[in-house]
Amino acid sequence: MSAPLIEMRGITKSFGAVKANEAVDLSVAPGEILGLLGENGAGKTTLMNVLFGAYAPDAGEILVEGRPVTINSSADALAAGIGMVHQHFHLAPRLSVLENLLIGIPGKSGRIDRAGGLARLAEIGRQHGLTLDPDLPVAALSVGEQQRLEIVKALFRGARLLILDEPTAVLAPTEVDGLFAALRSMAAQGLGIIFISHKLNEVRALTHRCVVLRHGRVAGRVDDPANTTSSEMARLMCGHEIVPPARGPSTPGAAVLTLDGISTSRHSGMALRDVSLFVRAGEILGIAGVSGNGQRALAEVISGVAAPDAGRMTIAGKKVEQFSPRAVQALGLGRIPEDRMTTGLVTNLPLADSMVLPRIGTEAFSRKGLLKPDAIRAFAEAQIKAYDIRCPGPMTRAGALSGGNLQKALLARELAFDPQVLIVSQPTRGLDIGAARFIHEKFLDMRAKGCGIIVIGEDLEELLMLCDRIAVMYEGRIAGTLDSADATIARLGLLMTGAGQTEEAA
Amino acid sequence: MFRLEARTSTPAWFNLALPLLAIAATLILCSGLIALAGARVVEAYGVMFSASLGDSYAITETLVRATPMIFTGLAVAVAFRAKFWNIGAEGQLLAGAVASCAVGAIPMPGPLAMLLMAVAGAAAGAAVALVPATLRVKFKVDDVVSSLLLNSVIFYALMALIEGPWKDTFSGYPISPPIEDSANFPVLMEGTRLHVGVLAALVAAPLIWFLIARTTLGFRIRVTGENPEAARYGGINVERVLLSTALLSGGLAGLAGVGEVGGVHFQVMSDISPGYGYSGIVVAMLARLNPLGVVPAAIFLAAVMTGAEAMSRATGVPAFLSDVIQGTALLAMLVALLFTAYRIRRVGVAR
Repeated sequence: MSAPLIEMRGITKSFGAVKANEAVDLSVAPGEILGLLGENGAGKTTLMNVLFGAYAPDAGEILVEGRPVTINSSADALAAGIGMVHQHFHLAPRLSVLENLLIGIPGKSGRIDRAGGLARLAEIGRQHGLTLDPDLPVAALSVGEQQRLEIVKALFRGARLLILDEPTAVLAPTEVDGLFAALRSMAAQGLGIIFISHKLNEVRALTHRCVVLRHGRVAGRVDDPANTTSSEMARLMCGHEIVPPARGPSTPGAAVLTLDGISTSRHSGMALRDVSLFVRAGEILGIAGVSGNGQRALAEVISGVAAPDAGRMTIAGKKVEQFSPRAVQALGLGRIPEDRMTTGLVTNLPLADSMVLPRIGTEAFSRKGLLKPDAIRAFAEAQIKAYDIRCPGPMTRAGALSGGNLQKALLARELAFDPQVLIVSQPTRGLDIGAARFIHEKFLDMRAKGCGIIVIGEDLEELLMLCDRIAVMYEGRIAGTLDSADATIARLGLLMTGAGQTEEAA
Repeated sequence: MFRLEARTSTPAWFNLALPLLAIAATLILCSGLIALAGARVVEAYGVMFSASLGDSYAITETLVRATPMIFTGLAVAVAFRAKFWNIGAEGQLLAGAVASCAVGAIPMPGPLAMLLMAVAGAAAGAAVALVPATLRVKFKVDDVVSSLLLNSVIFYALMALIEGPWKDTFSGYPISPPIEDSANFPVLMEGTRLHVGVLAALVAAPLIWFLIARTTLGFRIRVTGENPEAARYGGINVERVLLSTALLSGGLAGLAGVGEVGGVHFQVMSDISPGYGYSGIVVAMLARLNPLGVVPAAIFLAAVMTGAEAMSRATGVPAFLSDVIQGTALLAMLVALLFTAYRIRRVGVAR
């Protein structure tokens, strides 16, 4: 291959005593797709932030086509031909596709070069199959289309190296295929691509070469990902073998949660339309679907945050009369929220506060309006120990913990009270293999103890591994329910796009 | 080149260091103005210090002045903890003053009068604070704007009262009739103005600290302020917490007015508050919203106010400097707060 497009040499970056990156070497040749792997906290994001100009490295240098460059801002990075698609998009929702593309692009003598922009947009669309309607407001685009716009934006600005941070986390399986085709087409035309992902099968399918980070250092390099097994890569990432937990047979008991004809209307996002489902004691029900098809409304109704307009819900055989988080919790429901940071935890307060939040008014943690600080502390300490939550102590600011440790804390706060039904959304999103494995084991433990669990998720492999049955949501309805023995990614994928309807297996 | 980088944690000593840093920066920045006014900086600050904290009488005067700011500081601190942006402590103070003056003018036994004055003043302040809180909870009206504008409404209502029905018919001055002598707050120290309200303020601060740190209401206030979504999902009635916070905050600001009527002026006039409600915001910010920190922060501002008058007499520097110091202190503290979230880093050249 020709000279590297980008070369990072000996990059070291510390935050206080923590070395986020240590002597990392990495290079991407033109036409190459490089996989960047590593557990959370391994330093992938820091490394890419150094490359994209958000952090200045303590040591090391960056070379673009053999020339050393100093990148102090994203503007420097763009000027050096480096583009990045972040996990969270940076788009102006009310502006059109074309306007978003032209943000920050100097026009001709003070005027926006609309015609030139349109021509470039059409050209990029033709080259890589990344077509977008230039006049549509970004708010009207699907998540996949917004991502496409971010990629086009980078190409529009002349990026020759494109960094994608976990791009498939937000996509449906069919959309992933489209993304991969576009990335391959870009590589074929000589662009370099850095692809960050947790999903080893995707990395194996797409990349030409991989760099694995662990504790900030390069733990290994994989020269032939297609012919390297996932478990080998996982071992490089974690430093030890990871065996997926086995889901043994179970004999489900009586239904612990039933929804009967639940519909919602006044709701942000997709409403529910006549949703009926049930979960039995000792079984795990998966809810699959492309995000935005009513999963959020479903989780909100079941958690008691939103009341349905029609329909009936029971928990442990009792009809839910009042939809409030406290009422459903009192009936025996536990909830692990989709978004840890926004709806689960209070990042600026001590971890202990977040751990007792849903039950602060109960005898366990307060009496007659006075907190029991010792009981709160003791509870948090016990859970920190039981779940091996890595933190300096219960008074640590929750926001200082890693995602995996926060998820453990949320799990601990619910499981400590032996819920009869547990609802979880995206339980392992953003978690590394080790932490995800721990969470999965806990779910299977709870299942064995007779808890009924609903897992709302987009990772079909995870659902297939965990769940006894999988229901697919499409446009606010249950499009079909499959026993996991009969379910395949292909069949689920079909239901997810609304293409095929199967008979209810209920 | 320098740049800001996000901090992962904030050391505990920042709580003390940041306000001190802000105060030091304020005094340095304002020394330029003193020099400009033709006075010697060291002398001017010296007069300011000795006149406010130099002897026991000066200290009692500073404490008397600090009292309303302790109450408004607590009011703002409680509100801001819940992210209820109560900029209306000034109006709530005035409402408390009017209500307590009305009650204090009714002849009754002294202790009963004082108790009812406090109740009426707190209730009036709470009622005023409930307006922006309700507008926010029910109609999503911005509470900064509504609580701020309400200050003018209350102020002119007070003016209408003392220019109208309460006007002193004998002198023709726009001042209310005085409260009953028996309702005057007892003085704690002979020969000073150190009234019982000062003691109440010093007791209120630890009580409010306890409420915030050790009660379920305080827990709900903290959680609602830091993350209302997590609070809602956690089963907290966020709307009710905001309304409770408003009642508490307005009640505290109302008590500031009660203290001024019962302990200092014994009547209501147009300049009963030289902006104590707004100073409460400075106090609360300097205290980093900690109720215990409100006491030293209020004493600092009170010392600046009493000291500035003496400095003006001694050196000819206009007493407006006190307002400048207050404003600068708030800005300096806001800048200092940046350091809780960011650190400044020199960007090395990557060669």
